[in-house]
Amino acid sequence: MGKIDTIFKEEEKMGTRNRSKILIALLTLVLLVGLISIVASCNNEATTPATTLPVTTTPATTVPKPANPEIIMASTTSTRDSGLMDVLIHIFEQQTGYKMKPIYVGSGAAMSMGQKGNADVLLVHSPAAEVKFMDDGYGINRKLVMHNDYIIVGSPADPAGIKGMTSAVDALKKVSDAQINFYSRGDNSGTDALEKSLWKKLGISVADNSTTNPKWYIEGGTGTGMLDLLRIASEKNGYTITDRSTYLANKKILSLDVLVQGDPVLLNIYHVIQVNPANFSNVNADGAKAFSDFMLSTATQAIIKTYGVDKYGQALFFPDAGKTEAELGSQ
Amino acid sequence: MGMIFDGIKQAFLLLIHGDPQVLKIAWLSLLVSGSATVCSLCVGIPLGAVLGLSRFPGRRFVASLINTGMGLPPVVVGLVVSIFLWRNGPLGILHIMYTPAAMVIAQFIIAMPIVAGFTMAATQQLDPKLRLQILSLGASRVQLVWILLKEARLPLLAAIMAGFGAIISEVGASMMVGGNIMGQTRVLTTAIVGENSKGEFAYAIALSIILMALVFLVNFILTMVQQRAKAR
Repeated sequence: MGKIDTIFKEEEKMGTRNRSKILIALLTLVLLVGLISIVASCNNEATTPATTLPVTTTPATTVPKPANPEIIMASTTSTRDSGLMDVLIHIFEQQTGYKMKPIYVGSGAAMSMGQKGNADVLLVHSPAAEVKFMDDGYGINRKLVMHNDYIIVGSPADPAGIKGMTSAVDALKKVSDAQINFYSRGDNSGTDALEKSLWKKLGISVADNSTTNPKWYIEGGTGTGMLDLLRIASEKNGYTITDRSTYLANKKILSLDVLVQGDPVLLNIYHVIQVNPANFSNVNADGAKAFSDFMLSTATQAIIKTYGVDKYGQALFFPDAGKTEAELGSQ
Repeated sequence: MGMIFDGIKQAFLLLIHGDPQVLKIAWLSLLVSGSATVCSLCVGIPLGAVLGLSRFPGRRFVASLINTGMGLPPVVVGLVVSIFLWRNGPLGILHIMYTPAAMVIAQFIIAMPIVAGFTMAATQQLDPKLRLQILSLGASRVQLVWILLKEARLPLLAAIMAGFGAIISEVGASMMVGGNIMGQTRVLTTAIVGENSKGEFAYAIALSIILMALVFLVNFILTMVQQRAKAR
């Protein structure tokens, strides 16, 4: 009898000990949750390394809320990764009262969204595909916003010997002749489209997920962003084409050198396109126009002109509102 | 290696200074996954109990569907939910695409079969004589199920932890239906992917540490509750 009593008493003690452990853990969770909600409801300036939002000069009067405040903007990973869109969207929302839902996919995917009416406005950089998009009647008011450029990068050893060449197409020919690994996005993004167009000029046909691609032509596929591809190329000492801003922002972790730059075909041109409201009744046409006007406004273009100077020593984008593509080609 | 230490340091700094963006992201993670878990319990436990305790034609087929659902790939769920919730999808007029509500729906679909599957197994392994005993004491149908569920407390709590664990850590569906929009649908997992693709590795590691700490805390409490049941 006595032994069973002790066993029961021990089990009860274990129960009490576990009970107090649970109470302590519950208390910690409640405190944590309380802390989170208190601080999250405060409106402090964000201090994360990703973006430091500028102090905006908003007018003293309250901004009128638009009838349909939600705008879905489909854009590309390069505009997101540079941090430029975070800055611009913040200002746009404060100035106009619209609520932006920015979705960053590739230019091809963004245009797909526009085709199905799942986005209101696009900010993309795949000119050939955009022209087709407009011709098919999916978009209206395609306006040039800004540009930067692509560069061909590769390992410092440069086995194909393309460093300093001024013609991108000739440089790629040397890479293909030497059969050195070339890494492609392979995801129908603007970068991917540009790169494939250069191979086409050489007469080498490469396609996404094709089994007939040359053995040295390696694709990342959808989901491999520009930075991921650069890291792969860096690890495997291969060549690739990248936009300058992604390269600049991550140079320190890559062992890749800039080999070819300045060729006019390497221009990376961004357009803003409003999704055609005639196709879909639930597209936010007013919102799309407001955003398009905002991107082309003098104030925004001034921000674009200086974005990146303090962090990288040079601007990441060049503002181009009002110009035509032909004018850019001559620069 | 230095990056991991940087990440740990940054995690502490972010939490101590109460960085509002990080706290907002963490809070949304808890809110979305917590709500989805609660909803999946409300549907999954009764469903699992019915499947485990009753007999009807086609029961085994439904059971195999539930078990398949336990292995449902989150990205597939995200894709299908997206197709329904897109502007021009069948449920587009609800305007819940790219909102936390859409994420809760997707996570509910992922967690519910897990909870139901575990509950089904838990109720099936109860001694059938126990059911007879309870009925002989005059219990109603509802009382019977309630007592049986209490008996199966151990595996049931495992079900809750499995369901919560699956959705707090998933990123595919949350990314697709949420869009990782800062201040609106950014949760810890999607933020980690986003920061990683921007090259902000230390920040991504910091967020990972915070995520794992949160998951550990929740599971610690649930485990204590579960193991206390055993001490009887």
